[in-house]
Amino acid sequence: MSRDEIIDITNTFLTEEFEVESEVIQPEANLKDSLDLDSLDYVDLVVIIESNFGIKLESKDFTNVQTFNDLYDLIGSKLHAIA
Amino acid sequence: MDRRVVITGMGIYSSLGKNLAEVKESLYLGRSGIVFSPERKEFGYRSALTGFVEKPDLAKVLSRRQRISMGEESEYAYVATREALQNANIDETLFDKQIIGLVYGNDSVSQAVMESIDIVRQKRDTTLVGSGAIFKSMNSSVTMNLSTIYRVRGINMTISAACASGSHAIGLAYLFIKQGLQDCIICGGAQETNKYAMASFDGLGVFSDREDEPTKASRPFDKSRNGLVPGRGAATLVLEEYESAVRRGAPILAEVLSYGFSSNGDHISTPNVEGPIQAMEMALRQAGLAPDDIEYINAHATSTPMGDANEARALTQLFGSAPFVSSTKSMTGHECWMAGTSEVVYSLIMAQHGFIAPNINLEEVDETARNLSLVKNTINQNFNVFLSNSFGFGGTNSALIVKKL
Repeated sequence: MSRDEIIDITNTFLTEEFEVESEVIQPEANLKDSLDLDSLDYVDLVVIIESNFGIKLESKDFTNVQTFNDLYDLIGSKLHAIA
Repeated sequence: MDRRVVITGMGIYSSLGKNLAEVKESLYLGRSGIVFSPERKEFGYRSALTGFVEKPDLAKVLSRRQRISMGEESEYAYVATREALQNANIDETLFDKQIIGLVYGNDSVSQAVMESIDIVRQKRDTTLVGSGAIFKSMNSSVTMNLSTIYRVRGINMTISAACASGSHAIGLAYLFIKQGLQDCIICGGAQETNKYAMASFDGLGVFSDREDEPTKASRPFDKSRNGLVPGRGAATLVLEEYESAVRRGAPILAEVLSYGFSSNGDHISTPNVEGPIQAMEMALRQAGLAPDDIEYINAHATSTPMGDANEARALTQLFGSAPFVSSTKSMTGHECWMAGTSEVVYSLIMAQHGFIAPNINLEEVDETARNLSLVKNTINQNFNVFLSNSFGFGGTNSALIVKKL
């Protein structure tokens, strides 16, 4: 899967799940602040990533995720690992 | 000084309507809210009848974080509570200024439990059930959600007492205020009725199977009654200490005069005569009233052969033929956990508008109820003092006496 495809899929489910306008999602914007995530929201993030990409993340995987780009990278690396 | 407990707001979301005005209309017209549910039949129900009201759309009203923890029963409870608070002239700022409590009746959250366990079975991974599952999967889900939405800082608990839950919730809220421990409590009852919620109840064979005539299936006190029909929704009351309500200029609708309760100490599902009498006598004593002072009784009567007969015997023994009696379950079906509150709301609507709603489908009065003053058709009748009965599995009984002010 290309990075552009990952970005498209991810942005679509993030806007739907967290009910934000698509403009909110910018590659270098802060994920937590932009989506107004609290600790419980990361539980739901794991669920929607699993249902969209079939990969299972854990809370520790998000430790270094600051921006949306970081999230795309994380998903890309997990997909690559199972490919 | 003796503290009086008054009702300053009420709200309702049921098969009779989505607000007080719609419900008043249905009650007056004797309109049934019962339908046949093909989904239930397909699922394996013996009887696929149910009270029906659409789920509210709260997407534009509550945030995602608030909604994600709410099951069907919490959604109904929110809508009923919003109406009750509006009528009580309580806006969200009052929750910051005053300690307000929350006591709500609820006794199941089947859909949330089933759906989250289904995910675990399928995925074999608990972390994939999502963050809302736990908050939807506990009986206290309604109070968890409402207390968070409204920033409640007083008493905060759910009462689980089977089909008397909503009535005991009012009773306990009344006692908290009467004792001087709280000045204002939101109380009520909520009822889910998805296909999971009522399956095991249906399995007992106690639901009416009159599926070809849904609106005629619930027929309390009628000789040909053959079981209950489950209902759904939520009802909320705002209870306040009288002086406190007067100080803030709240509308004062009625006074809760007493709360009688008892347990049958008997069979798990078959009601008896003595337990309800004990609860009703306790309520009369507490209120300082004689049986003749009760003008209207909203009976628990669910349309089951044994339950209605035993309640009719208890009412006849205590009250004779003096008060008017009807069971609004003839229209709503049995609203189970919510019924104890919704039936106080229905009764208070009637008292406010000077009528008594009919016990519909009463074609031939059962022998056991022949001495009761049952209301077959709507009557225009002013009344102030009424008694509302609620009985539940395990023999739990609650009797509330309320006076319109």
